[in-house]
Amino acid sequence: MTNVHIIGAGIHPFGRHDGKTGLDMGIFAVREALADCGLTWEDMQFSFGGSHAAGNADAMLPQLGLTGIQFINVANGCATGGSSLLSGYWAIKSGEFDVGIVTGFDKHPRGAFNPDPESSGHPKWYGEVGMMLTTQFFALKIQRYMGLYGISATTLGRVAEKAFENGARARHAWRKQPVDLDTILNSQMLSDPLTKYMFCSPAEGGAALVLASDKKMHELGQKGPRILGAAVRTRGYGSFEVFSPSLDIERGPSPTEVASKAAYEMAGVGPSEVDVAQIQDTESGAEIMHMAENGLCADGDQERMLADGITRIGGQLPINTDGGCLACGEPIGASGLRQIYENVQQLRGRAGGRQVEGARLAYTQVYGAPGLSAVSILGA
Amino acid sequence: MGTATKLRPIAPDLFDEGPGGPCLVGGRRKTDGRVVFPLPHGAARERYEPVRLAREGKLWSYTVQRFRPKSPPYAGADDEKSFRPFALGYVELPGQVIVETRIAIDDPARLTIGMPMRLTLVPFALQDGESVLNFAFEPSKGAP
Repeated sequence: MTNVHIIGAGIHPFGRHDGKTGLDMGIFAVREALADCGLTWEDMQFSFGGSHAAGNADAMLPQLGLTGIQFINVANGCATGGSSLLSGYWAIKSGEFDVGIVTGFDKHPRGAFNPDPESSGHPKWYGEVGMMLTTQFFALKIQRYMGLYGISATTLGRVAEKAFENGARARHAWRKQPVDLDTILNSQMLSDPLTKYMFCSPAEGGAALVLASDKKMHELGQKGPRILGAAVRTRGYGSFEVFSPSLDIERGPSPTEVASKAAYEMAGVGPSEVDVAQIQDTESGAEIMHMAENGLCADGDQERMLADGITRIGGQLPINTDGGCLACGEPIGASGLRQIYENVQQLRGRAGGRQVEGARLAYTQVYGAPGLSAVSILGA
Repeated sequence: MGTATKLRPIAPDLFDEGPGGPCLVGGRRKTDGRVVFPLPHGAARERYEPVRLAREGKLWSYTVQRFRPKSPPYAGADDEKSFRPFALGYVELPGQVIVETRIAIDDPARLTIGMPMRLTLVPFALQDGESVLNFAFEPSKGAP
């Protein structure tokens, strides 16, 4: 089986872009990724792409070129981007293709998503009484975690503070103004213990990555990080997921823990070897819990790590170096690919003011509804 | 409870008002005994037998909903101005299941993980003007 490399990376800045469609942003990202490795749309043998709220990804074809390409639309909740990457990785690893592109874009209405109970298999009353909000799930999960492992509200604030600090250094970030800890902690409480500045917002943006086999990459005279491991896993019994009217008393591993273990095993590396990580930070608490679920620390260590700046740029284990979802927002179709884009920049030494010196091993995890996680590990 | 007990339940088969007081109705999966709440409806229903859930349990986690949820699906009679934050959380019912529930409490700052809770039935005013009966948990008597 061949190795798979990421030879081109493109992104349309995240945020709000009135007058531009999601599709426009996807096309922008695809063109930037192709230009990055000196290829054209005609060179692409396959594409996997997804968007949650901005139309089918293959609607980009008339503008990119009706080459007859094998284009597959991917829809896998919040892990759509990670799932597109995995699909492209398999396509090349299998030997079926040499070069292709994975892409995603999105454009969401402002404010929290409003879900329909019955379309997600829940009774109507569950939504009627006001218990069907993603924000509540995040609050309930971190509240328990804080109680069990001694995490303070200050630590939640420090995660957001770091995100906005990093976002200020990323061209593609949405929130580029640092926000001080007191402002974060004292901003409007949305769902205790999480304040307004601790939550990411739905946003707009696009991202694209060109993948190639070892052989093709050398033929083209290109270079790029190698995908060492990639895995998607869905929820099992005993995992705590959004919109759960009941939970099993016997607790089980989260989909992130299971996907993470699988990806480390494939890559033949351990968490202690990770130089830089992009992990799902839908809100501050998610980053804290995902640090442990991805094996990057033990439960409870986060309190000390955040206080000591371990996860800041310049620390031992920088996390969410472009500000993550907190500073970039979360356009679902593009979010997971944005994380990988950031890791590609880090491994190629192109991250400018947010560069992690000597980064050789980069870790990505995207997680979301209805309970799935996609992990990838890249090596320089 | 008073007049509240005369109201229509917000959904059928959600809770039972037995002689010993109200209890939630869950489902026990026939194949492996796994307990879920609420009792599944539709095609999945036949794989479960109804089970009366414990009236008392321990608080597993909690939060406070500080802004009015979007309608739909939220159907409360309040509006942006009259909305009052409410507590909700999960209560672990021993040996059965952990259920998500509204929490009836005046001061949510009193809530702590592990505190004893018990079931109560409370009126819930709908947008269309009707009041229905909903379930909630409240700190057990004697809880700090």
